[in-house]
Amino acid sequence: MAVIDLANPTRFLTLVNRVLPWLIGATALVFAYGLYRVAGAPDDYQQGATVKIMYLHVPGAWLGMMGWGVMTVAALGTLVWRHPLADVAGKAAAPIGAGFTFICLATGMLWGRPMWGTYWVWDARLTSVLVLFLLYLGMLALYWTAEDPNRSARAAAILALVGAVNIPIIKFSVDWWNTLHQPASVVRMGGAAIDASILVPLLIMALAFTLLFFTLHFAAMRNEILRRRVRSMRMMQAREVPV
Amino acid sequence: MNLGPHAIFIIASYVVVVVVVTALIGWIAADYAAQQRILRNLEQRGVTRRSQRAKGDAP
Repeated sequence: MAVIDLANPTRFLTLVNRVLPWLIGATALVFAYGLYRVAGAPDDYQQGATVKIMYLHVPGAWLGMMGWGVMTVAALGTLVWRHPLADVAGKAAAPIGAGFTFICLATGMLWGRPMWGTYWVWDARLTSVLVLFLLYLGMLALYWTAEDPNRSARAAAILALVGAVNIPIIKFSVDWWNTLHQPASVVRMGGAAIDASILVPLLIMALAFTLLFFTLHFAAMRNEILRRRVRSMRMMQAREVPV
Repeated sequence: MNLGPHAIFIIASYVVVVVVVTALIGWIAADYAAQQRILRNLEQRGVTRRSQRAKGDAP
């Protein structure tokens, strides 16, 4: 099947139905192995066992940002190429990205209380991630209140492109401003600043969460295609009712 | 596994993740079941999509 064939929703549904069971299996396996490695990972010399929160917090943050990245690419697909699946992909990514951003915020607060002595500070990293979460909520409100998906698609695409400005702000906030949040320790110039005994389980958990993201995203895209099919069938039915 | 003096925060973090992920999976699964049920219902009433009609009309 050529990539261009996937532009057809019916062919895309066939692909999703074929791929989804494998993705679910891979996600479960990598999660099981990741949690096994997390259980055996040593405590941090400064933070003690609370470092175990990192295995949830960091993937949550990465995927919260990746979710908006998916929506940004989808927005380009909607506005530039008018790809039939672009808005479907964007709409499906919004609640999943919001969920992962919520995980990042909630686990960050629960990690901050014992380490910083507070659940929350208005520093640049925390505030920019909160802005990302609010943008997700705005996007969900936009999608869920619009009756016609064609009308909401354009507005959602513009909001996604505007919101994309926040992603580099989140990434570089710890370099540009003085923050209570620690600077980057995995994705940074000069390599990761974490010992392999903690870094490897973190990367396995990040892979598990990424697989989970795409599993949920594919399933949510399938739902959205079916929802639009239902809508078009109802419209056909309404047209046929004699006045 | 000894989670130390801050065990409550570690356990709460894992509980939050389980709740959010379970909610997402449950919502997507329920939505899929609902869309399929509506589609079946429409098809049983003889409502078809334009593309299906075009296929049916083809010689």
